[in-house]
Amino acid sequence: MLERTQVLICGGTGCLSSKAKEIEARFEKRVEELGIQDEVGIVLTGCFGLCEKGPIVIVYPDETFYSKVKVDDVDDIVNEHIYKGRIVERLVFDETIDEGVIKAFKDIGFYRSQMRIALRNCGVVNPFSIDEYIARDGYLALGQILENMSPQDVIEEVKKSGLRGRGGGGFSTGMKWQFAHNASGDQKYVLCNADEGDPGAFMDRAILEGDPHSVIEAMAICGYAIGATQGYFYVRAEYPIAVERLKNAINQAREYGLLGENIFSSDFSFDIGIRLGAGAFVCGEETALISSIEGERGMSRNKPPFPANKGLWDAPTIINNVETYANIPAIFLKGADWFKGIGTENSSGTKVFALGGKIANTGLIEVPMGTSLREVIFEIGGGIPNGKAFKAVQTGGPSGGCITEENLDTPIDFDSLTSLGSMMGSGGMIVMDEDNCMVDVARFYLDFTVDESCGKCTPCREGTKRMLEILDLITVGKGTHELLNELEELAYMIKDSSLCGLGQTAPNPVISTLAHFKDEYLAHIEDKRCPAGVCTELIEYFIEENCIGCTKCARACPTSCISGNVKELHIIDTNNCIKCGACAIACPVNAVVTR
Amino acid sequence: MKSLEELKKIKERTQRNVNMRDSVDGGHRVAVGMGTCGIASGARPVLNTFVEEVAKQNLDNVLVTQVGCMGNCTKEPMVEVIDSDGRKTIYGEIDEKKALEIVEKHLKNNEIIDMYKISSLD
Repeated sequence: MLERTQVLICGGTGCLSSKAKEIEARFEKRVEELGIQDEVGIVLTGCFGLCEKGPIVIVYPDETFYSKVKVDDVDDIVNEHIYKGRIVERLVFDETIDEGVIKAFKDIGFYRSQMRIALRNCGVVNPFSIDEYIARDGYLALGQILENMSPQDVIEEVKKSGLRGRGGGGFSTGMKWQFAHNASGDQKYVLCNADEGDPGAFMDRAILEGDPHSVIEAMAICGYAIGATQGYFYVRAEYPIAVERLKNAINQAREYGLLGENIFSSDFSFDIGIRLGAGAFVCGEETALISSIEGERGMSRNKPPFPANKGLWDAPTIINNVETYANIPAIFLKGADWFKGIGTENSSGTKVFALGGKIANTGLIEVPMGTSLREVIFEIGGGIPNGKAFKAVQTGGPSGGCITEENLDTPIDFDSLTSLGSMMGSGGMIVMDEDNCMVDVARFYLDFTVDESCGKCTPCREGTKRMLEILDLITVGKGTHELLNELEELAYMIKDSSLCGLGQTAPNPVISTLAHFKDEYLAHIEDKRCPAGVCTELIEYFIEENCIGCTKCARACPTSCISGNVKELHIIDTNNCIKCGACAIACPVNAVVTR
Repeated sequence: MKSLEELKKIKERTQRNVNMRDSVDGGHRVAVGMGTCGIASGARPVLNTFVEEVAKQNLDNVLVTQVGCMGNCTKEPMVEVIDSDGRKTIYGEIDEKKALEIVEKHLKNNEIIDMYKISSLD
């Protein structure tokens, strides 16, 4: 029997951790109890992007968008909506209800301005089903290429599309393929860099979890173009769901003969393996990634020679990022001109961003290049919650920088972000509001790079450590103007002299916060004050006159340093205060403030 | 995988189910009343007939969905057809055979079947 209704349940890591699997099981059970299991499809799919509202359940064909669904809500949805056709309004995502009328979720602010190419199948297909991928024209690009195109044709098409590496570098994908194609060698390799390490970035994970076959197909296309017969995924072991779905997808592709010998009866043979990384940030750097696959310690080396000439086991090797690959099949199905027509002149196509930090709609979005940051943060992202003011957005993770209010209307592409002193990076966007201390933000990222530096070259190993020490001194009120100068000098020195991208970009958060928020650094140094009230050494908790004497703060205090009688003004003994902030959270009238 | 032909066969086999997840523009929307009264008087087979017939004939721009009680319980099973221009036609006392007729005449040829019609709204 044909299914008349389908229930798509988000199976991304976010929703799975809030019980999407249990929700799926309950749906299956209830539908069976009603005897309508043949008419109703229950599908666990990839990430819908709006992680903030998860777990998300979408009922087709009417496209009803249920948000924050609990296991106990499932029976209601089945009994009312699926069995009787009555939408369960209390569970419908409120933004899809407009004056009592439920509209399609694709029309709401979060989805309206998005354009999904890399994420085209995420949240649409069942990632465990190769058939569903094929139903959406999966592997058609590979088949057509093997039938009609020469490897050089393929490379020309990718060049023409203007596709640039989505992992951060932004290098022309077609050019890279050309180098590896031209390089001589009996054995060449195709690698997929799925070592996603930027704090707050999760687009690669979402693609691998939601649409693994698109990446597999693209790697096979790349293999054909450069003359490789073997590919590897390098994915971190801390992405267990992605790894499981990838393994399943590779096996399915082998069963269908879409990987293996003589694919589509051609002379082309290709297979893919998976190599797990231990989650070191530096292994996202291509030469370090190669060392790690070879079984060596993950450390980068000098370039040139570039991997396209001398990569894995010294053979010509292509390394592309997950998102880059996910674009490839779409480019061949719809044509390079179509892709080139999207985005800006030098950055064609779309980019996936992971929105995080102080933003209403935490989640995953994909927009055409050239969309402004304001649109992304305020229209799609829903702006800053709790009525706070926007301060800055950090793009490019620990390698990027901060962009402030005045530059929010800049169209986003590879070059514009670089000229603002930040970078595209893999696409993490952390939004900060007035309560974020920029010195503390810089310190956070430096702390990360100090941890993740591989230690091979001195500027990165020693230099970042010294920078962190200076930042630590500033945040505890021991900073001086000399130290600040030293910090800046170190930053440029490390940038110029480090071996790989990790060290060369590590000082960026410091450089860009210094450029835009020097006054905050100076407040820490000259006035021994943290304007945002974050750096604990520089703040003091204090109870204002509007205290109603409810005693809640005194009861919440772990060190019992708040005194005062009922219905009278309370006082904090700052000598014993550990600045945990519990009193400020407990206070019902916001009388506890920092100064 | 030996050929594109083989790939196409797999596509056709699965496509109908996946197609539901794409938005339908500019076609008919068929809503079958599935309140208790509707179900009791046979709305479920009517709904399934629409789903299967629309798929069988590859009517890509028809969306078949279900709604709750339509209010006029004595005329159940009721079916509402909304055309691309917003015109609404409500048919009453529909069974599987009449459903097939609605597919042939209304969905394929834009021909309203007055005999089954109980109301219409432009």
